[in-house]
Formats: sequence, C-alpha cells, structure tokens
Amino acid sequence: MARLIACALLLCLAGVATARAEGLEVIVADPYLELRTGPGRGFPIVHVVERGANVRVLKRRTDWFHVQDADGREGWVHRSQMAETLVPAGTRLEIDDPARDDFGAHRREVGLLVGDFDGSNVITAYGAYAFNGHLSGELAVSQLLGNFSDGLMATLGVTHVPRPEWRIQPFFSIGTGFINVEPKGTLVQTPERTDQLAYVGGGVRAYLARRFIIRAEYKEYVVFTDRDENEEAIEWKIGFAFFF
Amino acid sequence: MENRIRLLLLSAVVVMAGCSSLPWRDDQPEDAPATAAPAEGETPVVIEPQVERRDIRPAKIDTENWEAGAYIGSLSVEDFEVNVVYGGRIAYHISEDFFAEAIVGTSDAGLSSFERLSGGAPLLTDSERQFTYYSLGFGWNALPGEVFLGGKRALNSAVYLTLGAGSTRFAGDDRFTLTGGAGVRVLVKDWLAVHLDMRDHVMEIDVLGSKKTSHNYEATLSLTAFF
Repeated sequence: MARLIACALLLCLAGVATARAEGLEVIVADPYLELRTGPGRGFPIVHVVERGANVRVLKRRTDWFHVQDADGREGWVHRSQMAETLVPAGTRLEIDDPARDDFGAHRREVGLLVGDFDGSNVITAYGAYAFNGHLSGELAVSQLLGNFSDGLMATLGVTHVPRPEWRIQPFFSIGTGFINVEPKGTLVQTPERTDQLAYVGGGVRAYLARRFIIRAEYKEYVVFTDRDENEEAIEWKIGFAFFF
Repeated sequence: MENRIRLLLLSAVVVMAGCSSLPWRDDQPEDAPATAAPAEGETPVVIEPQVERRDIRPAKIDTENWEAGAYIGSLSVEDFEVNVVYGGRIAYHISEDFFAEAIVGTSDAGLSSFERLSGGAPLLTDSERQFTYYSLGFGWNALPGEVFLGGKRALNSAVYLTLGAGSTRFAGDDRFTLTGGAGVRVLVKDWLAVHLDMRDHVMEIDVLGSKKTSHNYEATLSLTAFF
C-alpha cells in the first residue's frame, strides 16, 4: 500500500514537473513586451520582445509573469502588458484576478483580528461562509491574554451585510459560543471555568486590493455564568481578511 | 449466488452503456435545417466554410505567491541569556510591495543573573523556561533590488519591514506580544530564498518581581521556498 502511494506521489510530481516545463505559449500583441530582471517595477528592462513573437509563460508572482522568448531569454513582465498578449486561439490572455466586483459576491472569507476584550488583549482567527450576498455564517476562535487571566473563546454566529455592493460595507452580527477562562497562576487559586456566552455586534469591512479586505468590529457579550449574575463584556477588534 | 448478482449488475451496466450511446430521436432536428434544401428566394450555399474552431482553454499559469520555510538563529530572552531559536515561517505575497506572514518559533531560555549569582533555587522549572511564540502580521518590501556575487551573477533581493501581533508562552504564562522587525531576502533561485531577519518581541512580564516591558531580540537565518 505504501509503495502504491509512493508511486502515485511520484507520478503526480512528474506531472507537475512536466506541466511546469511546458508553460503557456502566448503571442505579443502590444508593440513590444518589456522583460525585466525581477518581479518589480524598479528592476531594469534587459530584453524587448516585438509584436507577433511568441513567448512562453513560466510562472506568475503577484502582478508579474516570468516569461521566456524563442531565443531562451527570460524576464519578468507586468500584468498590464500580459493582458495585451494573445493565446493561440487568437483571443486575449484572460487573467482571472479577483477584483473590486468580486468583493461582496464572494463565498468564503478568512481573517485575523487583534483588539481588546474587556481589558484583555484578544487575537482572533475567523472563517466565514456566505449563504448569499447578505447573510453569512461565521466561526471564530480567540485567544484572550489579560493581566489576571487568560482564555480561549470559540463562537459561531450569523452576519448580515445590508449593502454587499458597497466598497465599505457595514455589517451586523449575532451568535453564541463558549469561553474558557484560566486565572493566572500568581494570583489566589481560583478554578478554571468554561461558560456559554452570546454576543451581538456590528462593524465595517472595506475592500483594500486584490483579495484583501480590512475589517473592524465591535461586540457586546453576555457570559452565562453559574453564579447569581451574568457577566457582560465589550470587545473591539481590527484586522485584515482575504476572500476567495 | 454472489457471482449471479455480479453477472446481473454487470449486464445491467453494459445495457445502460449501450443505450446511452444510441442516438435519441430528439437529437436529430438540431442539425436538420443545415442540410435541408434552401427555401425559395434564398441563395443556395455553394461552399460550406470549413473553419476549424480551435477551442483551447488557456492552461493555468503556475502562480507562486506562497512562501514557506524554516529558520534558525539566536534569541536574547531579556534577563535569561541568549539561546538558540528555531522556527517556521509562512508568507503570502499580496503584491510586489506587501505580504502577510505567520511565524512560530521556540527556544530554551537560560538562567537569569540572579539565579546564577544567588545559587539558590531556580525561578522557573524547565518547562516554564521554554520560550515559544507565534506572530501574525504584515510585511512591506521597502527596498527591493539586486545583490551582486562577483562580476557575473546578480540575485534579486529585498529589504523589508515587518509588524505583527501574537502570543508568547514563557514562565508559565501566555503573554500578548508585538513583534517588529527588518530583514533581507535574497533569491538564490527563482523559487528559493535566503533570509536574514532581526526581530524584537515586545511583551509585559512580571517574573522578576515588578512588571516591566521586556524586549527579546532575535537574529535568524532562514531558507524558504516559493510555491
């Protein structure tokens, strides 16, 4: 069985290797294509490929494409020039990039937020899945780092975006989860405890560039303790996320 | 019995496959008008253009925006000596200027001067002495460029600045940590990079009596691959 898996892996690797070597042939349609020494606007242009010539696209890094011309000369070409090349079928090379239009129509979102939870520092990682443009489900895991206690929190909630077509989108959220609080060892021994909680909140998320968004949110929590009174906590966070 | 059931299933599959390859009556009318005689008043088609449609889907271009690798170096844990640190790093290049990165590292802190001089009981147990951190943040390629090896080789490089937030487990506690740093990345190959990083992990600590801000400087050498 192990041998079979090893063989399959080798075959996959071989497949990847040949795919890499082949690349994609495109025809230059701009007056010329500028080949730079590196994937950045500051790198010097060392070769120029004329209109009508073929180049092979080897790979892409951010907005730059590593290409090789018929003479074997290699260089990096910017996306704006690559968009003006033709594929063998005669149509323009389609570069499938997430753009501003995709923000709001996206399905999945993953992000990281940092902020304050009732006086403690909080670091949150979250994932969201949109059921439609307005409504999405969110799962978040937070680490709380305070002066007197540390904690872990996991929540599941629903987020509503009233205007998914805006560049800066306000949203509202409601959800529930669990919090585990562990008092610091240097203090009087109080037991570690896990309680259920619920939250309501709101915030904004704004499109930055490519797949990236910036997100800020405010939440009010109610922790259902087994003591006489419930606890309330206020949280604000800011961070970034990307959608796909 | 089992053989008979297998035979039955196999024959069912064969019959279904045979049926699916038969042309359906409904398929026919689609092509019919093309071969039909031209209606009155229309000019008959003399030459049927034989243009071969080349429907080629562009091959997916290999994108290399992820970078992952490992590092080794030295970490100065404030009051607890300088020690070997090792860890891992993963980064996503958003644009030629910015990247998001996550780092995880661990080191074993040494003895504080107090412990060494007093010769008394140690302040921390061995497991508490382990310094483990993670940080998530952003980087900015401030100075992209090239470095020259002799007269014939030029390697792409960048000097970058990073800022992140995370947590450090040390002295039996998790502490909120801000990490700032600067580094140099040199691309040995298109897909392989060598980094030289300097970082400072800043946190509040109260191990030696009073509470203070502790700066933990780190210098590391890392090897990463783009994929």
